[in-house]
Amino acid sequence: MDRIKQIYNDEKLLKKLQEDQNLTIEDVLENEMVINMGPQHPATHGVLRLVLRLDGETVVGIVPELGYLHRGYEKMAENMSYIEFIPHTDRLDYTGTMCNNVGYVLAVEKLAGIEAPKRAQYIRMIVAELSRIAAHMVAIGTYAMDVGAVTMVMWTFREREKINSIFDRIAGARFTTSYTRIGGVASDIDDQSIAEIVKFLSELEPALVEMDKLMLSNRIFIGRLEGIGILPKEDAIALGVTGPNLRASGVEYDVRRAKPYLFYNEIDFKIPTFSQGDCLARYFQRGDEVRESIKILRQCLDKIPNGEVIANSPKKVLPHKTEIYSKMEELIHDFMIINFGINPPVGDTFLSVENPKGELGFYIVSNGSGQPWKLKIHSPSFCNLQALSQLCKGAMVSDVIAIIGSLDPVMGEADK
Amino acid sequence: MNTKELIIERVKEKFSESIEEISDFRDDLCFTIKKDQIVNLGKFLKEEPDLQFIMCKDVTAIDWATRKKRFTTVYHIYSFKLNYTLRLKSNIDDDPPTIETVSAVWQSANWYERETWDMYGIKFINHPDLRRIYMPEGFEHHPLKKDFPVLGIPGSLPLPNKAD
Repeated sequence: MDRIKQIYNDEKLLKKLQEDQNLTIEDVLENEMVINMGPQHPATHGVLRLVLRLDGETVVGIVPELGYLHRGYEKMAENMSYIEFIPHTDRLDYTGTMCNNVGYVLAVEKLAGIEAPKRAQYIRMIVAELSRIAAHMVAIGTYAMDVGAVTMVMWTFREREKINSIFDRIAGARFTTSYTRIGGVASDIDDQSIAEIVKFLSELEPALVEMDKLMLSNRIFIGRLEGIGILPKEDAIALGVTGPNLRASGVEYDVRRAKPYLFYNEIDFKIPTFSQGDCLARYFQRGDEVRESIKILRQCLDKIPNGEVIANSPKKVLPHKTEIYSKMEELIHDFMIINFGINPPVGDTFLSVENPKGELGFYIVSNGSGQPWKLKIHSPSFCNLQALSQLCKGAMVSDVIAIIGSLDPVMGEADK
Repeated sequence: MNTKELIIERVKEKFSESIEEISDFRDDLCFTIKKDQIVNLGKFLKEEPDLQFIMCKDVTAIDWATRKKRFTTVYHIYSFKLNYTLRLKSNIDDDPPTIETVSAVWQSANWYERETWDMYGIKFINHPDLRRIYMPEGFEHHPLKKDFPVLGIPGSLPLPNKAD
């Protein structure tokens, strides 16, 4: 109301408004239009704001505006101990929480020189792959919904719901899991969880076939994606695009293969790639990655060894709760780790893991104290969004929606 | 010759005078180079046929707070040919801090440098579009500097008016 009053009180503005009544269709066709999209827009996957310059229905220029979900995690990390930051990693890419947990603890373990037991590493692989499937289910579902196929989101969320239930059993939380610990994982997985995972995998495979049948018999879906938003291989590398988007452009780069962490070198899996680099290729890419994840999960469940799930390194790894209550030594260690933190040696490390959105990296600088001197999060969604302005140039307004959906950014991660 | 030795040898051949330090902590190779040579080194690493560091993964900075050279910029670059991630560092001693942009070498550095400018206040000379990326335009401070309090500075961000 204040704004309207202001306009009516401003004589100059009022005069201009009254003059500008005779708008003709020629004026409209000749002039470019600047339009604001977001931050509250259902198709921008959160709070991404875009400013589009349009000529008719063609996008001439596009400026992404980030920062609407900026919570300053890098600043907060500098003021808390390494262990305290684990729950905050859940809030980065909130569709694939386990992957973030795993990536962060691996980075800290590399810095501090801790190695988790083999069983813990296998459990991490299992939960990370389950999380990847969940994230890709959200990606495919919302992507299809953005371009008008609403049924798909119900089907994919049904599968994701089962993964959430499994996480509830393993980690005690469905969504914000915070499951990994420095030196291992919070709790062992039991036989029933494994049975549930096996059951889920046997249900997922036919469901994927059904989903493909539904989507690929939909001519509108194909028509809106094929040949739209083509990202050539060279541009993808130059713009720093990572993850499924990079592989859909024909670059066979996957951190799990390029620099194996955990025990991915013991697992046999393919890296699916597509050469087209358009929106449809990015859709197929995610579907194929889910199939590879199923393969990885099956092998992990076969190979998982028995043993401890947390490393025995009293100065750096938190002891078990029952031992704290009954043993003096453990109580002291627990007190020291909680109050002063683990003190990694002076130095800096960079470690990246393959997340559902792309390559998530943590660059940690330690000055020898219990809190990181600097913690930089290299977030894949941020990198992928950088390609947006190039992809959208020359596209239609409706293609912009399809392109954002195909890049699949999560603003929690892009804004940090 | 393994990858690390190859990279060290090639860089030493050409930049032996401007390299300040070569470190290898936890298997992460890192070159610290003089500020004015960072673009030349980047161009060399990208275009040398044996190395081909064609992807820039990350640009960030470290605020050392008490050191004389207060800021260090950090670059992570990747070579598909060698399958290797290399780290470059460059210490900045002038105030206000400035450094030449590498966005002419790696296009993706554009946004990363904008983020570094936003968070640390390091000016990247010749950057095509050096605007803030997370904080609003007109915000005076740079939040990741060590002298910025964790709780923020009251009144530094304009809040929307209360509804009547």
